[in-house]
This record gives sequence, structure tokens and C-alpha cells, in this order.
Amino acid sequence: MQTKSIMIVGVGGQGSLLASRILGNVLLQQGYEVKLSEVHGMSQRGGSVVTYVKYGDAVYSPTVEKGEADIIISFELLEAARWACCLKKGGSIVTSTQTLDPMPVITGAASYPEKIVEKLTAMGIDVTAVDALSLAEEAGSAKASNVVLMGVVSKKMDVDESVWQKALEQCVPARFLEMNKKAFALGREA
Amino acid sequence: MKKLMLGNEAFARGLFEAGCKFASSYPGTPSTEITEEVAKYDEVYAEWAPNEKVALEAALGASLAGARSFAAMKHVGLNVAADPLYTAAYTGVNGGLVIAVADDPGMHSSQNEQDSRHHAIASKVPMLEPADSQECKDFAALAFTLSEDFDTPVIVRTSTRVAHSQSAVELCDRTELPLREYVKNPAKYVMMPANAKGRHVVVEDRTEKLIAYAETAAINKVEDNGAKIGVITCGAAYQYAKEALGEQANYLKIGMTNPLPKQLFFDFAAKCETLYIIEELDGILETHCKAMGIACKGKEIFGCIGELNQSIIAEKLLGKTNVITPYPEQLPVRPPVMCAGCPHRGVFYLLNKHKVTVSGDIGCYTLGAAAPLTAMDWTICMGASVSALHGFNKVLGKSSEQKSVAVIGDSTFMHSGITGLVNISYNSSNSTVIILDNSITGMTGHQQNPTTGMNLKGDPAAKVCLEDLCRAVGIRRVRVADPYNLAEMEQAIIEELAANEPSVIISRRPCALLKTVKHKAPLAVDNDKCKSCKMCLKLGCPAISMKNGKASIDHTQCVGCGICKELCKFGAIVE
Repeated sequence: MQTKSIMIVGVGGQGSLLASRILGNVLLQQGYEVKLSEVHGMSQRGGSVVTYVKYGDAVYSPTVEKGEADIIISFELLEAARWACCLKKGGSIVTSTQTLDPMPVITGAASYPEKIVEKLTAMGIDVTAVDALSLAEEAGSAKASNVVLMGVVSKKMDVDESVWQKALEQCVPARFLEMNKKAFALGREA
Repeated sequence: MKKLMLGNEAFARGLFEAGCKFASSYPGTPSTEITEEVAKYDEVYAEWAPNEKVALEAALGASLAGARSFAAMKHVGLNVAADPLYTAAYTGVNGGLVIAVADDPGMHSSQNEQDSRHHAIASKVPMLEPADSQECKDFAALAFTLSEDFDTPVIVRTSTRVAHSQSAVELCDRTELPLREYVKNPAKYVMMPANAKGRHVVVEDRTEKLIAYAETAAINKVEDNGAKIGVITCGAAYQYAKEALGEQANYLKIGMTNPLPKQLFFDFAAKCETLYIIEELDGILETHCKAMGIACKGKEIFGCIGELNQSIIAEKLLGKTNVITPYPEQLPVRPPVMCAGCPHRGVFYLLNKHKVTVSGDIGCYTLGAAAPLTAMDWTICMGASVSALHGFNKVLGKSSEQKSVAVIGDSTFMHSGITGLVNISYNSSNSTVIILDNSITGMTGHQQNPTTGMNLKGDPAAKVCLEDLCRAVGIRRVRVADPYNLAEMEQAIIEELAANEPSVIISRRPCALLKTVKHKAPLAVDNDKCKSCKMCLKLGCPAISMKNGKASIDHTQCVGCGICKELCKFGAIVE
């Protein structure tokens, strides 16, 4: 199989590492060669961050460049727009509708872009926008937005739900498992 | 069993399996997790040292005692540890000694983009270079074998994309090794001139033997695809080249980047019509080729700045470009920011307000340089805030002394700020140092340090008292202030700048992200009282923004630190 590339983008501190680990675990269970490239360090907090997930029969580079991604999973709208240029033709975006003002917007040096979903759709991108934050709060914690989005993505990938459940069990600490399972289910239904 | 592992986690696994008994490191992105992971194995003693020089010297001592020993650091950390490195090259080892150094091409989290291979060449120490997680594990183990076989420290160099990428790793069991007996041998271990002269001969002889080893070493691997293009590469660049060129090229993947083989290069080059050298940062492999008269192209195509990737290689060598659809408008950038509730924020707000010249240092607080705080004049390297301020003040005198400070974190102060403070005291510049004590090594992801009272394994440890330490080096004016209390901190800054002797302000408040820190309820804006003056926005807090013309606080981010409330003249920020 040709290598597939997924990007998980958002704002540092939103939980992209857990999302990439769940996804990596699912793909490894499917028998693919998997590579993940992560961003570490507190110094990235509040900044634009990206994690790459690549899988296939043989994966070499762990990174995804412009025009190479099959799917972008975004925790924040502006970040979906920022990284959209990395998509291949025919690629899709799964994004949370959450917005977080970056510092230039807070200081008044720039304004937060409008109508992002519409503009992404006009670029020919298949966009799925979900209020992941509200669903996560419904599941029990705003921090579970990442797992809500995994639930949404799971519907777009041809992988049995039991594989996702097993990945959740392996990646999420036991005391948060039930809450995250609920978040995943809400994402899958969204 | 195959497991997805971070390069750093796999490196730690390799150390464990190879019987490593001792690890001493100072945290530094992207090397930190090696030591954090190896500390999870009970069979390995692991510690955070105050800096990389101490870490490497401790590891050398453990090697002399007969144990397989290890030290990890980032590229700039190896500069700090360069002193012991260059002489450990002469003494050699007893138990194997492995040093991990992690370079950061593209500077994801670093102040420069240096290529650590120069240190390997200059110190005449062999260097291995893995390209994925499995190789991180395998090369860590091989490095111990080479260290003992050739009686030398061995450096294993990674980069961000190797250290912080995950790929599948096959796990093995640990091989427990007995300690090698320590035998007193001054001619080998006491590096005074008479002995060192003899050891230098040994080093040169060893290098010749290592070159002979490199000619046939399995980690210097030829992949012959019958292609006309030849590529010599190493580390992450190998992965990019393979992805871009596939079987359209033959590869010589160099797993040992110092010393380099000669005949292997000649033989590989002879089979290729065109030879490209694909390596990140400097042209080390390329220089080696050209010195031997092998025609090749490298840096003239790829340059030596930033990371390489598959797209760059495909474009430059095959003329292939990806189809890219840009987003139709310019988007605001999103640089990293100090977290909501960060105890550093208030200090930088005040330094900016009073137009103080700020000598900066390495840590989360370097973000104090960014808008809207913009309270930093220079940042060079670990500890330089304190020592550079002294020189600055010695030249400019009183006018500068009363208008400038150094800012340095607790961990960075222990790393190399204390020696600068000794200089301020000893050579008496009237300088003011602010130690931003957030009770943790923050930027690299919450590591303990000598001021936190805990060790790497999470056990209670001796705790350096910063106040006592500063007084002990001769600073009489030492005071502690709470950065959440803006009035108290402002008074401290004004008084210490005015004082006619050196002084230290310890800004003490734990990192808001520490699990032990209890957060207050989020604050809110009373819209009737908010006059839209935007004073609160001057703090650069990510939780505060303008919504519909009024200040607004994001309840999911706010931790109730209250400094915006102190700043608001209209009492519009409420609990």
C-alpha cells in the first residue's frame, strides 16, 4: 500500500500527543509500518503545533510536507486553515470548531479570520467541522476534545471499532478511560 | 515483540538491554526523554546533574569504576561538556562510556543550529548516527561494545526527527554485566603533560584502527539498486532521501559518522555516474569526499540551513514538485506564549513598564522577549544573563546599573548562573539579578533540579537554598518576592535597582502547570465596569482577549492568578 499521511494540528497543550498515540496504536494493530513525528517541550505551549502520522507497507520520512497529507485533524479552526496547504488534492479535514485567539489577535495587531470552514470547502476540501469542545464537556472534560475528534476520524477510516477501543484502553490512563470512551462515542455519532 | 517507541525511548531501551548501570544528564530538547525513560528501569541508576559538564564527568567516573555509563545532552550541552570530552578521549574508559547528543536542525527549541559532528572530529571520539527508533536502540548497545573494544568514549548523535519520532522497535532482554575491575593506572588516567603526550599517540593509533573498522562495519551500509545516481547520507537525511528517490538511487548510509572510511567511499563513488551527498547542517561527509578527490554535489544544492525533507530532495534532484493549494488569505501567526497563570508574566510586565534593560537566559521565560511584553534585550546561552550583565554594567557604569537586570530560571541558575554571580560579587559590579524560581525545570517538560528537593526518580533529595547560596557568594541584598503580587514585585525591582550594591531578587512561585499547584477559580469580566482600556491585554495572557469591544476571559484557560485584576483600574475583573 502507498504510504498515507495524516497531520494532527492544533495549539500547544491541546493534547495532540495522545491523539497521535491512539492513531499510531490503531494503525500498528492493522499491521502497517507506522511512523509518528511529535513536538515536545513546554516551550511549544500556546504555539501552533503539528504531529505527523504516516503508515503503509514501508515508511521512510516521518514528516509530511506541503501537498502530501491525506487527512488533517485539527483541534482549532485557524490551525486547520494554516495547515490546509499540506493537503493533497482530494484530501479531507476533520476540525473542531473551537477558536483560540493567537497573540497577534489578542494584542490587536491582527484579526481572527472569518468563514474558515466556507473558505476551506471552496478550496475543494472535504471538511467535517464538529463542536468537539461541547461534546468533550458533555463526556466529562474539555480536555477530551482530542478523543472526540478521534471518534469523528474513526468513521472515515476503514478500521473496525473494536481496534479503536483496544487502542483507547492501551493509551488512556485507567481512571480516565470511561470518560474518554464516552467522548469517542460522541465523536463517532457526531 | 514490536512496540512503537519514540527514538529517545528506544535509545533508553538500548542502554538498558546493554547492561548500562549509570546515567547522568542535564535536560535539553530533544534529548531529555532518554534519561527520563532510562530512569524507569530499576537496574539503571539515573540522575539529573546540575549541568552537562558535571553529567559527563560523573559518567566518566562511573566508567572508571567499571560500569557501562551514559550521559545525554542537547547539541549546545556538548559545548558545556566539551572540556571533559576532549580529555576523556585521551584517558579512554574502563566500563563503556556512551554520550548521546541531540542536534536540532531547524531550531524547533534551540538558540543555534550547530552540527555536533564537529565535536566528534575535533575530540577524535567515534560517533554513531541512528536514523530511526530501532537504530537508536541498536546503536546505543553497539556504542558500548565499541567503547570497550576501542577504549574510547563513543558519541551517539540524533536529531529532532529521530529523537522525537516513533517507529516500531523489537525488544530484547537485558544482559547483566559484571563491573570491570578498576586498576590504578596513572599513565592512562592522570592527564598531566608527560602522560598526556603518550596518550595522544594512543588516540591517533586508535583512530586508524577505527577507520579500518569503519571500512567494513555493518552500520555503514550500501544499498545497490543498480541506479546511476549515488547518494551518501546519514541520520534523518537518509529517510528523506529514501522517500524522495526510492530505488532511483544507490545509497551509502553512514551509521558511523566519525571517523569515516575511505575505501568504502571510493568504491561506492566508482559505481555511480552522479554522486550526491545528502546531509543536514554542515557538509561533513561532503568535505571528506572532496578531500579525497571524489567528485560530488551537496551543499551547493541543499545548503546548510534548517531541516531537509523529502520534498526538497525530490524537487532539487528530480524536478518533482507537489501540487499545493494555498489558503486564500494571509493568516495571523501563532507563536508560543507564556501559559495563563505563568509566574514569569508579572515580572516581565514590570520590567517592560519601567523600561529596564534585560539580560535574558534560556528557559520558558525567553518568551518575555515576545510582544506585548518585549522585555528582553539579549539571550545567548545557559547562564549568560548573569555574566553578560556584569560586563555590560562594568562598561556603562551607574547609568546602566540602575536600569538593567539579568533574569534567569532556578535550573539555569544552578546550571551556570551561579558562577556569573560569583563574578558580580568578586569583581563588584552593582548588578541586579532576578532568579525566576518556578520550582522546576520548565521548558524541557518539568524535570527536577537541585533547588526542588526531589531527584530524578522522584525521591526526596537535598535542596539548595537559593537565598543562602547567593549570600554565601557575597551578595548581601537578597530578597524574595511573589510575582503574583505586582505591587510587592514592583517595589522590589525599584529598590534593588536603586541600591548601591549587587542584589538578587528571587521571584518565587511554582510553575502553574505543576500538578501540585492548586488553581483558583477562573476570573471573569464585569462588562458594565470594563472601559475597554485594554490595560489587561498588555500582560499578553492567552486567556484574555477582546470580545464585542469588551475584555473577555476564557474560563477554560484562566487559573485565577489575579495579576490582571491587580492591573485593572476599574475593578472590572472579578472572581
